Amino acid sequence: MAIDVRRAAVFHGPDAPSDDDLATCVHCGLCLNYCPTYRVTGLETESPRGRLYLMTQWTRGGLPFTRDLARHLDLCLGCRTCEAVCPSGVPYGRIIEHGRAELERVRKVDAKRTTATIVMRQVLKHPGRLRTLGALMRLAQAAGLTSLSAQGRQLPKLSEPFKPPAGNVARALGPTRFKVAFLTGCVMPILYARSHEASVQLLQVAGCEVHFPAAQRCCGALFAHNGDLKSARGLREHNERVFASDDYDFLVVNSAGCSSHLKDFYDGVGERTRDLFEFLAEVGLPPPRHEVRARVTYQDPCHLAHAQRIKRQPRELLSSVPGVELVEMPHADICCGSAGLYSALEPEMSRRILDEKMDSVLSVAPEQVVTANPGCQMQLEAGLKSRGRTDIPVRHAAELIAEAYF
Amino acid sequence: MGLGPRTLEKLRRAVGRDHVVWDAYDLVIFERDASITGALPDAIVYPANAEEVAAVLEIAAEQQLPVVPRGAGTGLSGGAVTLHGGLALSLARFRRIIEIDPKGRTALVEPGVVNYDLGLEAARHGLFYAPDPSSQKACTIGGNAAENSGGPHCLYYGVTTNHILGMEVVLSDGSVHWVGGEDPDQPGLDLLGVLVGSEGTLAVITKLRVKLLPTPEAVSTLMAAFPSIESASKAVSDVIGHGIVPAALEMMDKVTIGAVEAHYKAGYPTSAGAVLLVEVDGLTESARELTAAIEQILEMDEAFEIRVAEDPAERELLWAGRKGAIGALGHIKPNYYLHDGVVPRTRLPEVLREVGRIGEHYRLPVANVFHAGDGNLHPNILFDLREKGIMKKVEKAGEEMLRACIDAGGTLSGEHGIGLEKNAFMPWIFGPDDLAAMQAVKDVLDPSGRLNPGKIFPPAGQIEPKLIARSGVASEARWW
Ligand SMILES: Cc1cc2nc3c(=O)[nH]c(=O)nc-3n(C[C@H](O)[C@H](O)[C@H](O)COP(=O)(O)OP(=O)(O)OC[C@H]3O[C@@H](n4cnc5c(N)ncnc54)[C@H](O)[C@@H]3O)c2cc1C
Ligand code: SF4
Ligand code: SF4
Repeated sequence: MAIDVRRAAVFHGPDAPSDDDLATCVHCGLCLNYCPTYRVTGLETESPRGRLYLMTQWTRGGLPFTRDLARHLDLCLGCRTCEAVCPSGVPYGRIIEHGRAELERVRKVDAKRTTATIVMRQVLKHPGRLRTLGALMRLAQAAGLTSLSAQGRQLPKLSEPFKPPAGNVARALGPTRFKVAFLTGCVMPILYARSHEASVQLLQVAGCEVHFPAAQRCCGALFAHNGDLKSARGLREHNERVFASDDYDFLVVNSAGCSSHLKDFYDGVGERTRDLFEFLAEVGLPPPRHEVRARVTYQDPCHLAHAQRIKRQPRELLSSVPGVELVEMPHADICCGSAGLYSALEPEMSRRILDEKMDSVLSVAPEQVVTANPGCQMQLEAGLKSRGRTDIPVRHAAELIAEAYF
Repeated sequence: MGLGPRTLEKLRRAVGRDHVVWDAYDLVIFERDASITGALPDAIVYPANAEEVAAVLEIAAEQQLPVVPRGAGTGLSGGAVTLHGGLALSLARFRRIIEIDPKGRTALVEPGVVNYDLGLEAARHGLFYAPDPSSQKACTIGGNAAENSGGPHCLYYGVTTNHILGMEVVLSDGSVHWVGGEDPDQPGLDLLGVLVGSEGTLAVITKLRVKLLPTPEAVSTLMAAFPSIESASKAVSDVIGHGIVPAALEMMDKVTIGAVEAHYKAGYPTSAGAVLLVEVDGLTESARELTAAIEQILEMDEAFEIRVAEDPAERELLWAGRKGAIGALGHIKPNYYLHDGVVPRTRLPEVLREVGRIGEHYRLPVANVFHAGDGNLHPNILFDLREKGIMKKVEKAGEEMLRACIDAGGTLSGEHGIGLEKNAFMPWIFGPDDLAAMQAVKDVLDPSGRLNPGKIFPPAGQIEPKLIARSGVASEARWW
């Protein structure tokens, strides 16, 4: 079907933003300095106010679609910092996801993006194919995503992948206070098995019986963020059935991108979804057993800090560990430039943002960096490597907290 | 003449290929600042230092092109709008804090530095930069100087002009000058005073030496809720009547409180007719005494709830509500038209009543959020630009509100500048001689009148339609 690029964009689907949603932007500019791409470029076209204005004009028929328009939308990280600081309540996350979906519909197919989409579909939707790092690497290379390694962002060294315990249930340590399900997700069990182990251990310490429903699949967040709303919907419907069980009260998720997607888009399941730290802060952990001596700084994952407004809980949990000295870096809640597939699709911008982030990280001289999302972890590791600082490990905050108990 | 390919090429040579933009998307975004007026530039240039600015101005002089400086585009009077097209000169690449001198308590900064970022950096040395426009997390020091901006804490500390020691400026002929110095009181003519607040019509600011102050030992913030605007206004007069000048004294009305609570949950009681935010700072002991004294006055004046912030987090939240208030009005209607007339403090209640009456007359919701301590009103007329014919009503109502301020012995603008929204009203407060004197200064510094034309000075002859009209891009398909 030929698509007329000069026609006004139309957002599709039940949660599509309306013209009223677009009009909530009063053009005050208060979001500008929080936007990572505006901070490094100084260009208003690379700012939330600018992107909103462009999308508004595009949907009202005031501006045609061109490659340049696509560029400005592509360069958005989708970090939603703007949404968190916007006093007017502009639903930026929803608007940009639909903007992207419309973009994918009309743009002339761009080779790199298409391969990335195909790889994503193949790999993430079918957990079986995701089992080995080799496969992933080969596919990444096939996808032309070699920038992954070119910019020093290499996939982490692999240990054994995470395996749920026999029977897919881990018992509480001590009396059972809660029954929860755990989202194992798509890339985490392979890339960061230790994050999962530590998270599950903490849940057990908190008195949870942890279930690992075997049929669960990728939550679909990466698809939604990249404009593939159809695949996202398919995965969502599947998982909604899987997690509908009454065997547990909450679905606990330790990857910020996934928990935010579940909360925003999953019917029924969304209300029962909790981020790991949100949950632990709510139910409480017993007093720590060991001291953990470390000077650490915490990087807010965007999907935790901005999409879910969770900033206090991980910091409180970290500070409660005796021996931990938590030092705030400047602008800890500004994106590191990882943003899902962004670092692979927009390596240049991602690198510039990461550079600023590294200045902030190193300015507080931490011994460890902790965060709560695999993408951020990978990006920060790459950043430290490029500065020759592999002596500073990057970990999921759960790993550090778990050391206080095991 | 004008902006042909050869001029563009020259500009690109002057500032670098990537730093001249005339892509439709970029232009469209630059057609507006935070006000509702707009017009497209012909191109945007992003120089990085005074020499490049000078080169741009020279090229513009050759080609007779208007040049409009732009900081963060948070201005509320259309100052950064390229009313007559030409070049938008963005200072976004001037982002360096060149030096902080903790001993001399000054900072040397580039104009594109964000007010809040300077504050963060100064705080590392136990210092702060006093002028704090509510837009401080986005607006630039250069924009602040050009607008002579105020902010909640300017009641006690004074507005921007009191905090600028010297500036490097480029004139429209491309010459670079340093005006002012390191010390507050310079001998000779006060050229600095002329340039601060000149809204980009006299010179482009490329560097600033600003004053920093030591962070006060103690700060105490309290929120007081009143049944009505009248009772809150009386409290304001009473506090100041007792000889107390708090660091800040701000008021929000019922409409604003509702919008703010929807986003910030700052803890303002939504049943209140008005809320006051009062802040005092200084030595721990005196701040405590002052807070107690103010509490007593407010209680006598019908405050039905008074809360003193317990910790920095609570203080920040109380302020977040105030500072985000204008943006939060988007919860009610997608557009605001904001004036910032000033009235003598004692006449606040009657002028506010009149403002309310005008709003009702035109059936337009009005939200008031303002610097009560110095009588600087901010009536926000709320509306939806997509409604046909609404703009006429909005403009009429705005004009009448300003008139009410003037009639009460006040003036046109406290801090947002005249820009192109209020220039037509200048003759209300200035006689022909005053205006001629101002024009004479303009003629000396910018003889060909190409720096930010169409601002401050009343337009000769017919007033142009002020709302976004000149946009060249598919204008028929646009809403306005
Ligand atoms: C939500 C909100 C709250 C606000 N609160 C306040 C407040 O409390 N007090 C207040 O005073 N204002 C306030 N404002 C208005 C505005 O933020 C200020 O006027 C601010 O100083 C503008 O700075 P800017 O960097 O955005 O400048 P811009 O809007 O980009 O430009 C403003 C003017 O300055 C000129 N200019 C900018 N940079 C330079 C330069 N380097 N050299 C020469 N001319 C230059 C421009 O030509 C234009 O005329 C608020 C605005 C918003 C949206
Ligand atoms: S997105 Fe929000 S903060 Fe940004 S300009 Fe629009 S209303 Fe203001
Ligand atoms: S989502 Fe992030 S990158 Fe995109 S406009 Fe908002 S702040 Fe900028």
